[in-house]
Amino acid sequence: MAWSLSKAFKSLFAGARQVEPQDWENLEDTLLQADFGPRVTDEVIEAVHAIADVSATLDTDDLRRILGEVLEERLDAFDPTLSLASEPGKPAVVLVVGVNGVGKTTTIGKFAKFIATRGKRVLVGAADTFRAAAVDQLATWAERAGVDIVKPQQDGQDPAAVAFQTVERAVTDGHEIVIIDTAGRLHTKSGLMDELAKIKRVVEKSVPIAEVLLVLDATTGQNGLNQAEAFLEQAGVTGLVLTKLDGSARGGFVFAVQELTGIPVKLVGQGEGIDDLTGFTPHVFVRQLLD
Amino acid sequence: MVVFGTLSEKLTSALSSLRTKGKLSAADVDGTVREIRRALLDADVSLDVVKSFTGKIRDRALSDDVNKALNPAQQVVQIVNEELVEILGGAQSQLSFAKKPPTVIMLAGLQGSGKTTFAGKLAKYLKSQGHTPVLVACDLQRPNAVTQLTVIAEQAGVQIFAPEPGNGKGNPVAVAKDGVKYAKQKLYDTVIIDTAGRLGVDEDLMREARSVRDATSPDEVLFVLDAMIGQDAVVTAKAFQDGVDFTGVVLTKLDGDARGGAALSVRGLTDRPIVFASTGESLDALEPFYPDRMASRILDLGDILTLIEQAQKNFDEDDANKVAEKIQSNTFTLQDFLEQLQQVRKMGSMKGLLGMMPGAGKMREQIDNFDEKDIDRTEAIIRSMTPAERETPKLLNGSRRLRIAKGSGMTVTDVNQLVIRFESAAKMMKTVAKGVPQTSRAWDRFPGHAPRAKRSPPKRLRVRGTPPNARQRTRPFNRLLPGMEIVSDSVPNRPPK
Ligand SMILES: Nc1nc2c(ncn2[C@@H]2O[C@H](COP(=O)(O)OP(=O)(O)O)[C@@H](O)[C@H]2O)c(=O)[nH]1
Ligand SMILES: [Mg+2]
Repeated sequence: MAWSLSKAFKSLFAGARQVEPQDWENLEDTLLQADFGPRVTDEVIEAVHAIADVSATLDTDDLRRILGEVLEERLDAFDPTLSLASEPGKPAVVLVVGVNGVGKTTTIGKFAKFIATRGKRVLVGAADTFRAAAVDQLATWAERAGVDIVKPQQDGQDPAAVAFQTVERAVTDGHEIVIIDTAGRLHTKSGLMDELAKIKRVVEKSVPIAEVLLVLDATTGQNGLNQAEAFLEQAGVTGLVLTKLDGSARGGFVFAVQELTGIPVKLVGQGEGIDDLTGFTPHVFVRQLLD
Repeated sequence: MVVFGTLSEKLTSALSSLRTKGKLSAADVDGTVREIRRALLDADVSLDVVKSFTGKIRDRALSDDVNKALNPAQQVVQIVNEELVEILGGAQSQLSFAKKPPTVIMLAGLQGSGKTTFAGKLAKYLKSQGHTPVLVACDLQRPNAVTQLTVIAEQAGVQIFAPEPGNGKGNPVAVAKDGVKYAKQKLYDTVIIDTAGRLGVDEDLMREARSVRDATSPDEVLFVLDAMIGQDAVVTAKAFQDGVDFTGVVLTKLDGDARGGAALSVRGLTDRPIVFASTGESLDALEPFYPDRMASRILDLGDILTLIEQAQKNFDEDDANKVAEKIQSNTFTLQDFLEQLQQVRKMGSMKGLLGMMPGAGKMREQIDNFDEKDIDRTEAIIRSMTPAERETPKLLNGSRRLRIAKGSGMTVTDVNQLVIRFESAAKMMKTVAKGVPQTSRAWDRFPGHAPRAKRSPPKRLRVRGTPPNARQRTRPFNRLLPGMEIVSDSVPNRPPK
């Protein structure tokens, strides 16, 4: 491993000893390098300071413990529970959105398997009718997960129509969970963002949407905030998925994203395999940052 | 940006109290540098690069000569912009083609960074340039990546080599190798190898990428990087540099609103050029990389830079008007002449400067005939004169001319020539000046003229061996160009002794 945050934290806290001024600077550097962003970094350090100041004899173990508590407390303010409730006889619909290449389709494959193994009937809808071979990609995942799929009837079909057909099919065939894939889109493209709003509207004509999941790539920096704001505003995001946490990036920007939008992280992707998806547990996330 | 005000706004308010122009104090500089550091971090420039960058800014801000045209905040911003462009610019970045086709171009990068789409764009672009590219499908990992590339190849109207179905089946190294062989047999002149996305920390996959490279000896290995990436840019770039030693960088998804600080990080860290900017989902959305655009994107300094340009233009014009007035009133002296020459000198080598200009081809002959040493000689002669002689050339009698010739290592004929040239140039300038309504315009044509602040060289004119991409760099060159003719008239080649 070339560099990792956990390594940096380790060297920062190697062996308990009295805290020195340099430790505070290293702490700042470490948070910044984990993409916490300058504002949250300042706040976290201030919070750690506030607690540390009342302790007369502070060693580096204390500092580490306090930091962990401060971070966890910030995350605990949000409820990471997925809500997959639905009206009787109707499926719970999950719409998956995000910018290009963050891992939407992969996440759907993993998520479908995750739910299917818990005994629910899942149907995925291939409403990414834009990207070349996106439908085939989702079909491969559906097969791997052992779930059903609705594909567009022709190339480049209106994604809202595909989404609608998926939901209708679920109602008819008695699927309990519907997951709809959408094309990646940059949050700055208003035409494409309107398209999402339309997909939502059309689906909700027949069934309420249970979750709109915004997929965020852990390698993203402060632009993640812009993404979250725009997708919240225009697609009514209700939960975040943080992918690619198996790499060297730590996704510290989600602290700011959660606090700015009030939307909790609900799922975490850590690999390209079908089982590499977990729920979001603040304690585990912080431990991964610190250990 | 949503959450934070622009740097322009912040700097303007932070420094609005500093109205006085003059030497920058350490406190002024530190305050400004702190804001810049924060803005760079908000733009996702990696911390190490931010540190060395702000260190450099601080040093320069404290040591540079005072620029009379600007207030302290503006001056720091100008330094920042220059340094940004410098890091982002560097050597001219162009694809290098093999002497003996096929040219092999390998793509590498993280998952989802945009490799496959870029492969299609590059193929289409090369085709439009008269090349015959073939796409080789070596992403055998991501489900249906091969299908995706096949569709893209069709859209781009180029050939694809895809012997393996992918989805975990097939050996990418063998496919890459066979792809090059295929291109040789079928006489395709460029091979573009699309590879699977991989993490920098994934040692097995990095080894595989290295094997692909070793099996195909690519002329270019392009590292494809998402402009939205954060601090991980350096970690990943380093891993890919160690892993496959890429030769150039492609920045993707620049059509969004990411500040793209990664560009600065990667340049600062790897010193590899950024070759292309990918700016959309359509296969035509491909652009060369413009360092100046990227600089203003990262720090959003647009407003302040416009102000600076305005301030300097006014200042330049004041200056130019003063010179023009002198000509009109016959008070233009050899001292003024010397200063003008020195301004030209500060702009770098005349030949390099003029050769760089668009349209300079037509002036090739004049440029070739222009002898830089003439400026040296002229300078040496004027420097050997007393202040009084510089002010009043009429004082230059025979014995004075002899003294000056000795002092400057020239002959009396040289000195005579210079005085004649100076007088005729001044006279000519006066005639030209009369014919043009705005006096300063005419003076633009005088050889030595350059926009200037007396004690401070106009830093934005510094030549760094890069083509003048930046708007603020080309503008003064344009003003200099028409002077070329007069340059060779008024400062002819040194007459034979
Ligand atoms: N390492 C890693 N790669 C991922 C993860 N999630 C997705 N990917 C990869 O990221 C790339 C883009 O994923 P995809 O699902 O096609 O993204 P989409 O465009 O948002 O649908 C693919 O190569 C995936 O294999 C993850 O959690 N870890
Ligand atoms: Mg997709």
